Amino acid sequence: MAAAEARPDAPDLADAAAAWRGAYVHIPFCRRVCPYCDFAVVAGAGEHRGRYVEAVLAEIGMAEPFGPLQAVAFGGGTPTQLAAADLVRILHALAERFGIDRGAEVSLEANPEDWDRPTAAALAAGGFTRVSLGAQSFDRAVLTDLGRLHRPDDTRRAVAEARDAGFAHVNVDLIFGSPAEDDRSWEGGVAAALACEIDHLSTYALTVERGTALSKAVAAGAPGPVADVQAARYEWAMTEAAAAGFVRYETSNSARPGSACAYNLLTWAQGEYEAFGTGAHRHRDGARAWNVRRLDRYLERVEAGRRPQSGSESLDAAGREQERLLLGLRRAAGAVPGRAGEALLASPWGRRLVEAGVLESRDGRLIVARPLLGDEVSRAVLALDLDG
Amino acid sequence: MTDVSRIRNFSIIAHIDHGKSTLADRMLEQTGALSARDMRAQVLDSMDLERERGITIKAQAVRLRYQAPDGEYLLNLIDTPGHVDFSYEVSRSLAACEGAILLVDASQGVEAQTLANALLALEHGLEVIPVLNKVDLPAADPDRVAEEVAGVLGEDPERVLRVSAKTGEGVGALLEAIVERLPAPSGDATAPPRALVFDSYYDTYRGVVCSVRMFEGRISTGDRLRLMVTGETPDADEVGVLTPRVVPVAELGPGEVGYLITGIKEIDRIRVGDTVTRDDLRAAGPLPGYREPKPMVYSGLFPTEGDDFERLREALEKLRLNDAALVFEPETSRALGFGFRCGFLGLLHMEIVRERLEREYDLDLVATAPSVAYRAVLSDGGEVEVHSPQDLPDPGGRTAVLEPYVRAMILTPSDYVGTVMELLQQHRGEMGSMQYLSPERVELVYRVPLAEIVFGFFDQLKSRTRGYASLDYEPDGYRESDLVRLDVLLNGTPVDAFSAVIHTDRAYTYGRRLAERLRELIPRQMFDVPIQAAVGSRVIARETVKAKRKDVLAKCYGGDVTRKRKLLERQKEGKRRMKMVGQVEVPQEAFISVLRVDED
Ligand SMILES: Nc1nc2c(ncn2[C@@H]2O[C@H](COP(=O)(O)OP(=O)(O)OP(=O)(O)O)[C@@H](O)[C@H]2O)c(=O)[nH]1
Ligand SMILES: C[S@@+](CC[C@H](N)C(=O)[O-])C[C@H]1O[C@@H](n2cnc3c(N)ncnc32)[C@H](O)[C@@H]1O
Ligand code: SF4
Ligand SMILES: [Mg+2]
Repeated sequence: MAAAEARPDAPDLADAAAAWRGAYVHIPFCRRVCPYCDFAVVAGAGEHRGRYVEAVLAEIGMAEPFGPLQAVAFGGGTPTQLAAADLVRILHALAERFGIDRGAEVSLEANPEDWDRPTAAALAAGGFTRVSLGAQSFDRAVLTDLGRLHRPDDTRRAVAEARDAGFAHVNVDLIFGSPAEDDRSWEGGVAAALACEIDHLSTYALTVERGTALSKAVAAGAPGPVADVQAARYEWAMTEAAAAGFVRYETSNSARPGSACAYNLLTWAQGEYEAFGTGAHRHRDGARAWNVRRLDRYLERVEAGRRPQSGSESLDAAGREQERLLLGLRRAAGAVPGRAGEALLASPWGRRLVEAGVLESRDGRLIVARPLLGDEVSRAVLALDLDG
Repeated sequence: MTDVSRIRNFSIIAHIDHGKSTLADRMLEQTGALSARDMRAQVLDSMDLERERGITIKAQAVRLRYQAPDGEYLLNLIDTPGHVDFSYEVSRSLAACEGAILLVDASQGVEAQTLANALLALEHGLEVIPVLNKVDLPAADPDRVAEEVAGVLGEDPERVLRVSAKTGEGVGALLEAIVERLPAPSGDATAPPRALVFDSYYDTYRGVVCSVRMFEGRISTGDRLRLMVTGETPDADEVGVLTPRVVPVAELGPGEVGYLITGIKEIDRIRVGDTVTRDDLRAAGPLPGYREPKPMVYSGLFPTEGDDFERLREALEKLRLNDAALVFEPETSRALGFGFRCGFLGLLHMEIVRERLEREYDLDLVATAPSVAYRAVLSDGGEVEVHSPQDLPDPGGRTAVLEPYVRAMILTPSDYVGTVMELLQQHRGEMGSMQYLSPERVELVYRVPLAEIVFGFFDQLKSRTRGYASLDYEPDGYRESDLVRLDVLLNGTPVDAFSAVIHTDRAYTYGRRLAERLRELIPRQMFDVPIQAAVGSRVIARETVKAKRKDVLAKCYGGDVTRKRKLLERQKEGKRRMKMVGQVEVPQEAFISVLRVDED
C-alpha cells in the first residue's frame, strides 16, 4: 500500500502494486450517453437499476475466493446514478466476500451533476475514500460540445463537498483536444482544476472511438482532435500541474505525494483484480476474462444463476512478459527490463527508440522519457519474438 | 501428315485492343474448334493476368479445320499481343507464318503498332490481308480507314475486308480470303527436317514444351532429334497440335505448326529460335533464328522480408521458364538488402512480372524506380554497362556517359502535330521525318533518349492528344549525354535505392520534386527527418518531415488491457508495409513512386 507521503512515481511503489489485489464494479447507467463515449453504458433504464444491484450482489456471491483487497474501484457508466445506499451495499458485499484491508483505497467515479452533500456523506460513511469527478472541462461551451449536463461550478462545488464529507482523495478527469476547445479554455480549465482542493488529476486526450456519435460526425466531415494540438495542450497541463506540486506518474495521471491511485497502480503493475457488472474485465490466476456487455444478457445470465462471463484470454509466458513491460512502461517509474526489456534493447526497434530519446535505461529500469510517443514503444514491445 | 497445299499459316497482328483475340474467338467458333459451351471471350488469353487486364501478353498458336467450298483446310492461327513491350512476340510469330491478317479498328484507324507490325510482316516477306474490325460500332468510319490501310500497304482499298469480331459479320468471307489469298507453305517432306522453335513454355509435369513450325521434312514421335545451335540431342517424346486442346499426333510434316515435347526439363537447354532436325538425318544448316529480346528497363526487386531472398530467386527462375525476356542478376542495396536487378521489355512487362511474383509466389516486394541501361566510358578506355544508378562510376573515373536512344514513331491526327512536336522537343527528341499518311494522319519519326520515352512520355502524349496519338519505338543505338547521378539523403545518409541517373538540365527540377514527394510519402517519425537531393556534394533540394508529437493512447481503459493490446497489434500490422532505411521508416510505395516524379 501507498506509504503516506510516497512520491507517485516511486519505483518501489510501482513494483509493489503487482502484489496487490483489487476489485472493480461496473455501473453502466448514465443520464444520457456522451457523444465520445464507448464504455459499456445504458441511458436511462431506471427500471433496471434495482435488478442490477441484486445481480451484482449475486455475481459477487458466485466469485471464487480472492483477496483481501487493497484497491476497490467503482466505475462506469456513472456509479452515482445508483443510490448511495446501493453502492454501499455492494461495497459491503465485497468486504464480506473477499475482505478489504484497513487503509485500502475505495474509489468511485462520479458525475458532478449527481453529487450532493447527502450522497457524499453517505458514501464516506459507508467506506469510500476516494472520488473521481468527471469534470472534463471548465468551459461551458466545451462542456456543451462534449454533451455534458453539468456546469463548471458543479465540479467546484462537488470537490468541496467531497472534502467536507471526509473523502481523503479527490480526482478530476479532464478531456483535452475536443473541437470546441481552444488554448484559452484549456489553460483556464487546468488552472481551475488545480485551484480546487484535488490531490489527483487525470488528463485524457479526446479519442475518437469507433461506433460513437463523435466518430460518425468526424467521418461526415466534422472537426476531430488534432494530434499536434493535443500534444501542446498535454505539455502545458503537465507543466502547470508540476508547478502546483503534482507528479506525473503515468501518461495521463498526476498526483500529489501520497495520492497515487492504488487501483491504477495495480493495473499497470499487471496485478490481479476481480470484476463485476456489465462488460467488466477481470485478471485472475494469470488469465484475463470479461463479462457480457449488454445489460439484458447480464441480468438474464446472473438471474439464472449463471456466470456472466463472455470471453477470456490466457497469454503464454512470453506474452505475459510482453504485457508486463507494455503496462509497466506507461508509468513514469518505468519497469525493470526483465526478459522483454533486454530483448527490446537488443532489437533494432529498441535501439531506434533509445536513439530518439523515447526510451531510456536508467538506474536499472527502462523508462519512457517521452510519454507522448508511448505507442511507438508499445508496438516495439509487441513486435518482439520472445519465443524465438 | 497434311498435304501442304491444304495448309495456311498466319498471325493476326494489330495495334493494341483492335480486336485480335476477339477475332480469333470467332474463327474458333465458326470452324467448330470449340463448342459453344467451351467458348468464352478472348479464349486464347488464358493467363489470369491477361483476362483481368483484357490484353494479350503471350502469343498463342491454334490449329483450325476449315471446310472451304473446295474441301478441308488446316489453318494455323497465331494470336499476337499488341502492346509495344511484347513486339518481339510478334516477330517470332511472323517467322512461323506465310501470311498475316492486319487488323485495324475501323473507329480508330491506323495506329503506331498497326504500322510497325505491318512493316514487320512485309520485312518477313509475308502476304498481308488488311481487315477492318469493329464495323458494328456507330463511330466506325470504314471507308476512310480502308483508304488509310490501303495507303500503308500500297493496296487497293477495295481489297480491304470488313468484319465485326463482335457479331461475326464478315468472318466467313475472311476465312475464305485466307485460303485464297495466302500462299500455302512449301517444303519437301522427304528432305532432312528443319523445324523452327518459335516459342516454348515450361510445364511442371512434362518439362519444356516447344512450339514448332516445320519447314521441311518430318518429325515423328520417337525420333532422335538434334538442336542445331545448342547441339542438344533429345528424343521426341511427343509431337502434337493445339486445337486449342492438346492433341498428340504421329508426326508433323512440312508447313505444319505444333508442339514438341522432349525429355528436357531445363528451359535454358532449348533456345527459342533454334532449329530442330533429326540427329540421323541432319539438315545442312539452321533456319535464321531470332535476336534475343533485349531488356529496355531495369529495376531492383527486393523482398520485404530479408529471409525471402532465396524464395525470390526460385520464383524468378520459374517465371523465366516462360518469359525469356526476363533477365536478372543479384543486387545488394544498403537500404533494401539483398535482391535482384531485373531487366524488362518495358514498364508493362515490369508491372506484370512483379504482380505475378507477388500473386503466384506469394512474395512481398519492394521495387525500385526503373532505369534504362547506360554505358560509361572509363578513364582507362574500357566501357561498362550500367543497369543501376549506383553502378555509375564517379565523374573522376569516367570520361563519358552514353545513353540509349530509340527511334520513336508517332502517329497523330494532323491537328495535334504541333503539340506532339513540342512534347518531343521537351523530351530531348530530334526530328527524323514527318509524313502525311492521309490528310488527317501524320507520322512523325524522332530520335529520342529511351529514358524520356519510357518514363511518363506515353501518358503525356495520350493526354495532350486526347488519346488519339499512338507510339511505337525500337532501339536506335547509344549517344553521349550530359548525365549525372542524383542522390537522396535521408537523415544525412545516402539511400542508394532513390538514386537516379538524369540529364543535367533536369536534375534541379527532378531533385526538388522528388524531395517534395518523399516528404509527402514518408510518415512523421519520432524525430525530424531531413531529406536532401544532391548531385555529387552539391545539395540541390531540401525538405523536412517534421517529428510527430503525439502517438499514444492517452485515455482511460479501465481494466480492459486486452482491448488496448489488440488495438496496438493492429497498428503493428500497418508497419509491415514499411521498410527501415537506417533509422527511418519508409513506406514501400515510396521506392517505386519516385518514378512518378516526372509526370506533370
Ligand atoms: N464493338 C466491337 N468491339 C470489339 C470488336 N472486336 C473486339 N472488340 C472489343 O475490343 C476490345 C479489345 O479486344 P481484344 O480482342 O482483346 O483486342 P486485342 O487486339 O486482342 O488486344 P491485345 O491483345 O491487348 O493487343 C474488347 O473489349 C473487345 O470486346 C468488334 O468487332 N466490335
Ligand atoms: C469511465 S469514464 C466515465 C466516468 C463518468 N461517467 C464521466 O463521464 O465523468 C472515465 C473517463 O474517461 C474519459 N473518457 C471517456 N471517453 C473518452 C474518450 N473518448 N476520449 C478520451 N477520454 C475519454 C473521461 O474523462 C471520463 O471521465
Ligand atoms: S462519459 Fe461518463 S457520463 Fe458520458 S456516457 Fe460515458 S460513462 Fe456515461
Ligand atoms: Mg489480344
